[in-house]
Amino acid sequence: MFRFIVRRLLQMVLAFFGTTLIVYALMFAGQGDPIQALAGERPVTAAQRAYLTEKYHLDATGVGGFFYRYFDYISNLLRGDLGESLTGRSIGDILAAAWPVTIRLALIAIAVAVIFGVTAGVLAGIRRASVFDNATLLLTLLVLGIPTIVLAPLAQYFLGVKWQIFPPTAGADPDFFALLLPGIVLGSLSLATALRLTRTSVAENLRADYVRTARSKGLPNRRVVSVHVLRNSLIPVITFLGVEVGNLMSGAIITEGVFNIPGVGFNLFRGIRTEDGPLVVGIVSVLVVVYLVSNLVVDVLYAVLDPRIRYE
Amino acid sequence: MSQHAVRPTPASPTPPDGHLLEVRDLHIEFRTGEGVAKVINGVSYHLDPGETLAVLGESGSGKSVTAQAIMGILDTPPAHISSGEIRYAGRDLLGLPEEQRRQIRGKEIAMIFQDALSALNPVFPVGWQIGETLRQRLGMSRTDARRRSVELMDLVQIPAAARRLGDYPHQFSGGMRQRVMIAMALAMEPKVLIADEPTTALDVTVQAQIMDLLADLRRDLDTAMILITHDLGVVADVADRIAVMYAGRIVEHADVRSLYRAPAHPYTKGLLNSIPRLDQRGGKLSTIRGLPPNLMRIPSGCPFHPRCPYAQQVCVDVVPHDLVLGDGRTSACHFAQEVRDDRAG
Repeated sequence: MFRFIVRRLLQMVLAFFGTTLIVYALMFAGQGDPIQALAGERPVTAAQRAYLTEKYHLDATGVGGFFYRYFDYISNLLRGDLGESLTGRSIGDILAAAWPVTIRLALIAIAVAVIFGVTAGVLAGIRRASVFDNATLLLTLLVLGIPTIVLAPLAQYFLGVKWQIFPPTAGADPDFFALLLPGIVLGSLSLATALRLTRTSVAENLRADYVRTARSKGLPNRRVVSVHVLRNSLIPVITFLGVEVGNLMSGAIITEGVFNIPGVGFNLFRGIRTEDGPLVVGIVSVLVVVYLVSNLVVDVLYAVLDPRIRYE
Repeated sequence: MSQHAVRPTPASPTPPDGHLLEVRDLHIEFRTGEGVAKVINGVSYHLDPGETLAVLGESGSGKSVTAQAIMGILDTPPAHISSGEIRYAGRDLLGLPEEQRRQIRGKEIAMIFQDALSALNPVFPVGWQIGETLRQRLGMSRTDARRRSVELMDLVQIPAAARRLGDYPHQFSGGMRQRVMIAMALAMEPKVLIADEPTTALDVTVQAQIMDLLADLRRDLDTAMILITHDLGVVADVADRIAVMYAGRIVEHADVRSLYRAPAHPYTKGLLNSIPRLDQRGGKLSTIRGLPPNLMRIPSGCPFHPRCPYAQQVCVDVVPHDLVLGDGRTSACHFAQEVRDDRAG
């Protein structure tokens, strides 16, 4: 296990450099004059241009220049300096403000998926082909079929604007209640997937040979299901939820956009729209690390849950 | 097998009507989307304390389904017990409420399954799985259950049992896994042990070891055993009586010696002839022609007639009854006498 984790950490270093390099290249490859882009419509004086050229090493040209600037950026990054966005704000500060909001939103979404998705999935799996099973199948297909870009505005209009049950937008520094509706919308997709996955897994495990063995030991049915079947059925579900936590931590561009939540996705989207290269690359670099770490955690968790998996 | 940590409880329940376990005219159907499959069509057999009955037949002949019906672990639906009786120690099991049947399971009648790898729960240590029965059914403490689990694993000759308690099923070899399965079935010292093809998933050498172990345990613990198998070779040394099944019926029922010496049903005869023998080297191995019937369309008359070398018109028209041949032998064949006396076939 220890060797596995070390090997994975080494792979993560490679993946980190690979992804940041690609994002860095994509973001700056298309740009014409970065200094003019920074200044926008205003004229740039020769002194300013000389200062910026010096600061960002723009005098080095070609592939060599690109890598020079990339490694300069990475070395700053590794020292914890994410640099400044084109608007002059520290990217570290932007993330420090945005992340707690995104994490709160993600936790609400995951809670919704676990509480409703897994519970309903277990029930549907036990009562396969029942009314409940068919109803949840229909509902989850509906939810999976509607993209967030449609579901989020619909929820916002009906529950926020028309019936005014929830606040329609979150705004700066939102509290738990303001994040509840976006959290449910964001979690509904994970909920539907978790439900389908749990249902299939429970139904499959109920037919397994070891269930027959447990019954023939004379165990009561509720113990057979709640101990033997559940322990096996939840392995893929917990793995899925682990990956999902990683996804949700990296922000939800659409949901955060629709409900005006100043989270990571919201800032990332703004960065893309305003062609704010440093902001986009900064956020993506951190997201890559979050994603890699959460995947490692899921892999380790998987080995803990299923004794047949041993990484050596 | 001389010194055992575990001794049997000597008292076997003496059944008031003679037999410890009795299946009477059992009929079971599987109701599926494609139709009704008649899987068990009037099976009757019995088991006395301490004896071993071998139930022999091809896959799909209904031997496992009968066993699962005895255990009460058939999935209903799709399975449906349409008629018949299963009596254990004088009680009709099919008439009992589920809670009382559950009490019998494992404690009075226990079962060993074919493929121990899939029959054991992959995510729990074997010690936990053996101990679970003791903790849940007998209310033992964790410590007691663990100690007893080690005793049981010693009993089935798993080396270094105490150290292997925490191991998972996949960490055992096939033979050792089946021993774990046997230890689990013996945990509550059942009066009847049903072994459903206990050696099918194993290497030949390991098969012999497991069969020896089962025979020894059965004798030492004075447990009655139903041995389900499709392997005639496995049966000869272990069983007292043999019931041969075909298409959901018992076609022949006899003590081992007479059945091997002179089978009285063409199907049994075919099975015996298809065993490779050293004195027939180089010759063509004889087989039973044709395939077992589709249980949704069982042939009229005797279900074996399309494959039977003795078949006459009567076999197509009339379902043969069990013909009593003496010494407790029966054969469901119109020509049972002729088949038995025909030594050439």
